[in-house]
Amino acid sequence: MLAQLVFYVFAAVLLLSAAMVISVRNPVHAVLFLILAFFNAAGLFLIAGAEFLAMLLVIVYVGAVAVLFLFVVMMLDIDFTQLREGLQRHAPIGICVGGVLFAELIMALSHWTMAPAGVSVPLQAAPGLTNTAALGTLIYTHYVLLFQACGLVLLVAMIGAIVLTLRQTGSGRRQNIEKQHARTPEETLVLVRVPLGENVLEQGGFLRPQTSYYDTAVPGSYGSTGQPAVEKEETGA
Amino acid sequence: MNAMSVNWILALPEITLALAGLVILVFGVLQRPGKGIGACTVLSIAAFVGCAVLVALSPDGAAYAGTFVNDSFARFMKILVLLGGLVALLLTVSYRTDERAPLPFETAVLILFSTVGAMIMASSANLMTLFVGLELSSLSIYILAALERDDVLSSEAGLKYFVLGSLASGLLLYGMSLVYGYAGTMEYSGLIAAIQQTTALPVGLMVGLVFLVVGLCFKLSVVPFHMWTPDVYQGAPTPVTAYMAGAPKFATFALLLRVMSGPFGAMAPRWQILIETLSILSMVYGALAAIPQTNIKRLMAYSSIGHMGYALMGLAAASTNGVRATLVYLAAYLVMNAGVFAVITAMRRKGREVTSLADLSGLGRTDPGLAAALAVFMFSMVGAPPLAGFFGKLMVFAAAWQSGLYVLVGIGALSSVIGAYYYLRVVKVMYFDASAERLDQPARSLVFVSGSMGLATVFFVLALGPLMALARQAALALGG
Repeated sequence: MLAQLVFYVFAAVLLLSAAMVISVRNPVHAVLFLILAFFNAAGLFLIAGAEFLAMLLVIVYVGAVAVLFLFVVMMLDIDFTQLREGLQRHAPIGICVGGVLFAELIMALSHWTMAPAGVSVPLQAAPGLTNTAALGTLIYTHYVLLFQACGLVLLVAMIGAIVLTLRQTGSGRRQNIEKQHARTPEETLVLVRVPLGENVLEQGGFLRPQTSYYDTAVPGSYGSTGQPAVEKEETGA
Repeated sequence: MNAMSVNWILALPEITLALAGLVILVFGVLQRPGKGIGACTVLSIAAFVGCAVLVALSPDGAAYAGTFVNDSFARFMKILVLLGGLVALLLTVSYRTDERAPLPFETAVLILFSTVGAMIMASSANLMTLFVGLELSSLSIYILAALERDDVLSSEAGLKYFVLGSLASGLLLYGMSLVYGYAGTMEYSGLIAAIQQTTALPVGLMVGLVFLVVGLCFKLSVVPFHMWTPDVYQGAPTPVTAYMAGAPKFATFALLLRVMSGPFGAMAPRWQILIETLSILSMVYGALAAIPQTNIKRLMAYSSIGHMGYALMGLAAASTNGVRATLVYLAAYLVMNAGVFAVITAMRRKGREVTSLADLSGLGRTDPGLAAALAVFMFSMVGAPPLAGFFGKLMVFAAAWQSGLYVLVGIGALSSVIGAYYYLRVVKVMYFDASAERLDQPARSLVFVSGSMGLATVFFVLALGPLMALARQAALALGG
C-alpha cells in the first residue's frame, strides 16, 4: 500500500516535471526540471528493486549530463525567441504529422499483444548474484563486443570534437612564460589619478600599458602578429 | 551452447582493424601538424588489406552471447565494405593539390572506424549489434562530411546529415523497442521463433517493422527519405562522398537483407508491398530529378538514389534469387561507383577542384584516357551490355519477374530508359561539346583507381561465374 502510494507520488512528479521541461520559457529552469525528473525516475527504479540503475541515473545523468546541459545553456548565448520564430509557421504541418503518428501509436498500443514465447519467460533474479554483479557479467562478459564498440563510438565522437574545432595556429592566446615572469609591475601598470567628477573618457579613454601582452605572446599564436598595430593607435589616442 | 561462449576468433577482423585504427591514430598525433595524412592513409590501406585477408579466412559461427554471427553472407558484405573503404582511401591520398591546408590525418582514421562499424553491421545477429554498428559507422561519416570546416557547403553537409541522421536513428530505436515489446527478445533467432508462432500479426509489430525499415532506408537515401543526399554529397570532400556512396550503403543493405529475410522473413507478404513502393519511388525520382543537375556530385547523388531503388528490387522479390541478385548488383555498383568518383576527384584546374558538368566539356579530346573511363562507367550505370551494370540490372529484374512483380519490373525498365538520358548527357558533353580549358594531369593513384575499375567494369563478365556462386552461397546462408 505504502509502496503504491510512493510510486504514484514519484510518477506524478516525474510526469509534471517532464511536462515543465518542454513548456517553461527559461531554458535554465527547463534543465532544473529535467534534473527533478531524473531524481523521480531514480526513485521509481528504487521501488522496482533496481538500486544500481537508480544510483547510476543520479550519478551519470544528474551529476554529469544535466550539469553539462546547464553549462551549455548558460554559456551559449542562444536566443530562444529567435529559435521559436519558425515554430509559428511550421506548426500546422508539425501538428498534422505528429497527430497522425500519435494516432497510429495509440492504435498499436491499444491492441498490444505479446508473443506467447515472450510471455512465458518472466524476468527473474539470477541466483546467487546481486543486481550489480549480474549487470557486470552481462556487460563485460556476454556483451563485451558491444561494450567495446560503444567505446569506439565515444572515441570517434572525441576525435570529431577535436578535428572540427581545434585550430592549430592563429587561435588561442599562448604566452611565452619566461617573458611573462620577467615582467615587472612598472612595465605593465600605469596609475592615473582621475579627478573627482570627471569620467574616464574625458581623461583620454582607457589606456593600455606600454608593453601589452602582445610582447609576451608566443610567435605564431593569436595576437603576436597584425593585431598590435591597431591596438597601439588606440593607445596613442 | 557454442553461441553463448565468447569466441574471439570470429570477430578477429574487426578487432584487428580497430586496434590498427588506434595505432594509426597515435602515429598521426606524433607527426607534425598537417603532415600526417599521407602516412596515415598508407597505413590504413595496409590495415584494410590485412583485414580483408582475415575476413576471407574467418570461420563460420555465432559468438558473444548471440550478438555476433559470421557466415558467408557476412564475409561477402565485409569484403565489399572493405573494398569500398579502400577505394575511398586511395582517393584521399592525392586529394588536396592547391595551397589550402591538407585534410587532417584523422580523415583516414575516421574512414577506418566507420568501416569497423560497417563490418559489425554486416555481422549483426541482434538488434543491439545492428544499432551500435550503425551508430559507429554514421557518427564517423557525420564528422567526415564536415571536415572542410572553413567551407560553408561542407559545414552545411555535416550539420544536415547529423540532424536528419539522428532523427532516423531515433525512429530506428523506436521501431526496435516496439519489436522488443512484442517478442521480448532482440536476438534474431528469438525473433524468428516468436514471429513464426503467431498467426495473426499484431499492429504493434507491424509499426515497429515499418519504423525499422524507415530508419535503415534513411541511411540508404531511398525516396522519400533522401532529402539530405544531394546537399551532403555536394558539400562533403570528394573522397568522403566516394566513401559515403559505397561502404555504408553496402553495410546498411546487409542489415536490411539480414533483418528482412531472417527475423521478419515469415512476414514477407506484408512488407513486400512496402519495399516495392520504396523501390519504385527511388527509381523514378532518381531518374527524373537528376535531369536538371549541373553539378556532377549532385548528379551522382541522384544516381545513387536510383541505384538503391534497383537494388531494393531484389529484396522486394523476397527470395534467395532476389538476395543473390541484390548482392551481385551491389558488387557491380561498387566497381562503377568507385570509378566515377576517381574521375571526379581527378577533375581539377590549376590545382583547384572543379565539379561542374560544363568543366568536362571536350574531355574526349584533352584527356582521352580519363574520358574513355568515365564513358565506360556511364554506359555501365545505364545498364548497357556487356558492362558490369548490365548484369546487376538483369539479375534484379529476373528475380523480381520470377516473384511475379511485373509492375515493378516494368517501371524499373522505364526509369532506366529515362535515366539513360542524363548518363549519356555526360558522355555527350565530353565528346561533342566545345573544349573547355584543359584539366590538370591526374595523380597516379587516381589513374590507377579509374583504370582498374574501368577494366573491372568492362571484364565484369569474366568474374561473373565465381561472383554468382559466392553470392548464392551468401544468400543461402541467410536462409532467404
